[in-house]
Amino acid sequence: MFVKDLQKILKQNIREYGMYIALFVIMIIFTVATDGIFISSRNISNLLNQTGYIAVLAVGMTLVIVIRHIDLSVGFLAGFLGAIAAIALAFWKLPVFVVIPLVLALGAIAGLITAFPIAQLKIPAFVASLAGWLIYRGALLLVTASTGTIIIANDTFNAIGNGFIPDIPGLEGFLPGVHKLTLLLGLAAIVFFVIGQLNDRKKKQSYNFETLPMNIFILKLVFIALVLAAITWVLAGYNGLSWTVVVVLIVVAVYHFITTQTVLGRHIYAVGGNPEAAELSGINVKKITYVVFGSMGLLSALSGILFASRLQSATVTAGQLFEMDAIAAAYIGGVSAAGGVGNVMGSLIGALVTMSLTSGMNLMNIDIAYQYVVRGAVLLAAVVFDVATRSRGK
Amino acid sequence: MDTPILEMRNITKEFPGVKALSNVSFRVAQGEIHCLVGENGAGKSTLMKVLSGVWPYGTYTGDIYFNGELQTFRHIADSEKAGIAIIYQELALIPELSVYENIFLGHEISNGFTVNWNETIKRANEMLARVRLDVNPATKIRDLGVGKQQLVEIAKALSRNVKLLILDEPTAALNEDDSQNLLSLLREQKAQGVTCIMISHKLKEVMAIADTVTVLRDGQTVCTLDAHKGEVTEQIMIKHMVGREIDNIYPPRVGHQPSEDVIFEVRNWHAYDPSLGRAVLKNVNFRVKKGEIVGFAGLMGSGRTELALSLFGNPTHYQVSGEVYVQGKPVAFGHPREAIKSGVAYLTEDRKGNGLILIQDVKQNISMANLEELAHRGVVDANAEIKVANEYRASLNIKTPTVAQKVGNLSGGNQQKVCLGKWLFVKPNILILDEPTRGIDVGAKYEIYTIMNQLVQQGMSIIMISSELPEVLGMSDRIYVVSEGRITGEVPIAEATQEIIMQMATN
Repeated sequence: MFVKDLQKILKQNIREYGMYIALFVIMIIFTVATDGIFISSRNISNLLNQTGYIAVLAVGMTLVIVIRHIDLSVGFLAGFLGAIAAIALAFWKLPVFVVIPLVLALGAIAGLITAFPIAQLKIPAFVASLAGWLIYRGALLLVTASTGTIIIANDTFNAIGNGFIPDIPGLEGFLPGVHKLTLLLGLAAIVFFVIGQLNDRKKKQSYNFETLPMNIFILKLVFIALVLAAITWVLAGYNGLSWTVVVVLIVVAVYHFITTQTVLGRHIYAVGGNPEAAELSGINVKKITYVVFGSMGLLSALSGILFASRLQSATVTAGQLFEMDAIAAAYIGGVSAAGGVGNVMGSLIGALVTMSLTSGMNLMNIDIAYQYVVRGAVLLAAVVFDVATRSRGK
Repeated sequence: MDTPILEMRNITKEFPGVKALSNVSFRVAQGEIHCLVGENGAGKSTLMKVLSGVWPYGTYTGDIYFNGELQTFRHIADSEKAGIAIIYQELALIPELSVYENIFLGHEISNGFTVNWNETIKRANEMLARVRLDVNPATKIRDLGVGKQQLVEIAKALSRNVKLLILDEPTAALNEDDSQNLLSLLREQKAQGVTCIMISHKLKEVMAIADTVTVLRDGQTVCTLDAHKGEVTEQIMIKHMVGREIDNIYPPRVGHQPSEDVIFEVRNWHAYDPSLGRAVLKNVNFRVKKGEIVGFAGLMGSGRTELALSLFGNPTHYQVSGEVYVQGKPVAFGHPREAIKSGVAYLTEDRKGNGLILIQDVKQNISMANLEELAHRGVVDANAEIKVANEYRASLNIKTPTVAQKVGNLSGGNQQKVCLGKWLFVKPNILILDEPTRGIDVGAKYEIYTIMNQLVQQGMSIIMISSELPEVLGMSDRIYVVSEGRITGEVPIAEATQEIIMQMATN
């Protein structure tokens, strides 16, 4: 009975759970293939840090695709703004707490500029952002032309991409070699998750909405709690949570909240689901377009900061193909080009899938040529899976 | 004159749940102009689609004889080959291609591999001369007016040695001159031996041109009238078109009279559609009183939806002029949001196209236009939303397991109620309903009528746009008739009959 229930639930929600299962399978395959190196604390920590700059782009790209547009300019915009950050720090000698808000603001403005021809002149986003792609590529070359790679010597700035959160002082004797604050945060996350799920379930039941059967609900809770615990333990075994992961978690949390709980989020999904109906319902479609592209620009700037900080420098080719990785992550994470479907958690998982593939294949010394082929095949498989399960759902 | 070129016998065509054509027989004599008239939904277009192979042989019952032979068209190409050409209301020309390319599209003059453009242009000029269209054949279609485009369509049909030309409301989008020009062209083609079937709502044109008229009503042939026996008059045609019985399917409104306060008034309203390049509304004046249901009757394409949209924040971006007053105060809505804020709501005629978000659930669709009311500092109160949705689910009797059900899974009637719920939640004073009962079953219709009665009793005013005359007569306190972007009549309900309204609507 239980197994049958589980099979039924999995079948019904295969679309929702599919990418989690895919990530899980990919991680197991690489763990086996690399004799456990893949799942080692050090590798996972690296993997998450590498995912950071793509993950924040994928979050923004999710919303862009939800409202039926695309933004190709984000990669070189990130590279260009990373270079601006480097120049501001290295040459203008501005303090880091001025540079970061400044660069983020520039990013948001750049996003609004991309939105202008799309919202106002109804120019296809593909074309408008392709123009941005060329312009920011040129701009990046221009600002790095005289210097080449710009080295960033600011430790605070570089910590964003390379540093870790400090541990609780005075507990050095307890569990040596394990990051206690990370453990504590992980535990808090599990508790919050379980309480949140229980409340949600209670509320749904009070309205007679469909909920999972109790045993499967418990199984789901236990499973996710175990996964969170495992991630926490693995991270705590190295240097703990990195600042990059903290930034990504904050971005995902904020965007998850906005998209699921706020009027703005609902309007974004309404515009994506049916722009004509949204307009006739009094929603300002133009305004939503500006907000979504503005946020995309802001997150491009953040991506640029994460990347420059991680390399501790701004390079001439920074940002190259970031947009494609972000778009791929969003599609693997289940957004639909038809609009109105997709969520930021999914895109985060999508980014983790692509980065796991890269990291795992690097560990296995697989030639870069094959890596591209594999990643392409996974993207295609994800989208085919999405379309197939969707049409069956109808 | 008496050999039939076309005979359709006992044609029956069913769609799921609807019998669109029921045992229709239709006979067209060689060399005549035969007009097909009837209300919206009478089955005229369906009949022509059966004839042309859009609905292939086997999906209908009955026989089609063309040129004395039984035909089994499986595709439009089959009927074209037999010499039947159909010209739809929405022209099937490619705007970015030239006139000559369009005329020979699909029938290119070629040696089997390359197109002979010189011969094409020469032949195109001959065809253009035949339809008396004086344009350079290299002109792009999009640079021509609608009237000239229509002539290109006819030239295209003639280039294929058409024997039977079918025109579906050819003059609907044309001005007076272009219409007259088209009609005289049809007479010329008739003289050259082309038989013609014309679907038209404009009865004056029908009288001017028809040899024979067949009237359809509710998927059945009502009668065939012979012009040469003096049977084709406006009165006779209207009598046969509207002869439908009004059953007692409209819930009575007991003890309610609309007040005398004018709550909504429109004066000298004009709208020009820049993308079509023509005026869609001309000098529209009307007023709506508090607690009143005002019916807007007219045929499809008469401009009623355009009127509603242009008043509701003008999302289609017409160039508008004129005055609008809500409760005596002048207003100018630049966006639907502003109209909603002033208490005006518009329920669309196309609920799937621009009314609902089918991939979202019932509660999200109901709250969509007024989320702010459910939010504190921008955060939506999910509990309040469910509560509101459940209230409308109960009061409108929306049949759904829960309000978390996706709207795309509901039936048409329940979808319409969700749409209605969305607009009631913005608590409007003036509710514009555009074809509120289109495509929904009789039971749901009755429920919607009952809700409308309740709403006006609570003091709301309703503007009901409807193409169904019995509905307009059954529900309205007062009726405006719209034709070709103008209001051609205002009728108090006591004086309104289907004949009077149809006469104004076909003017």
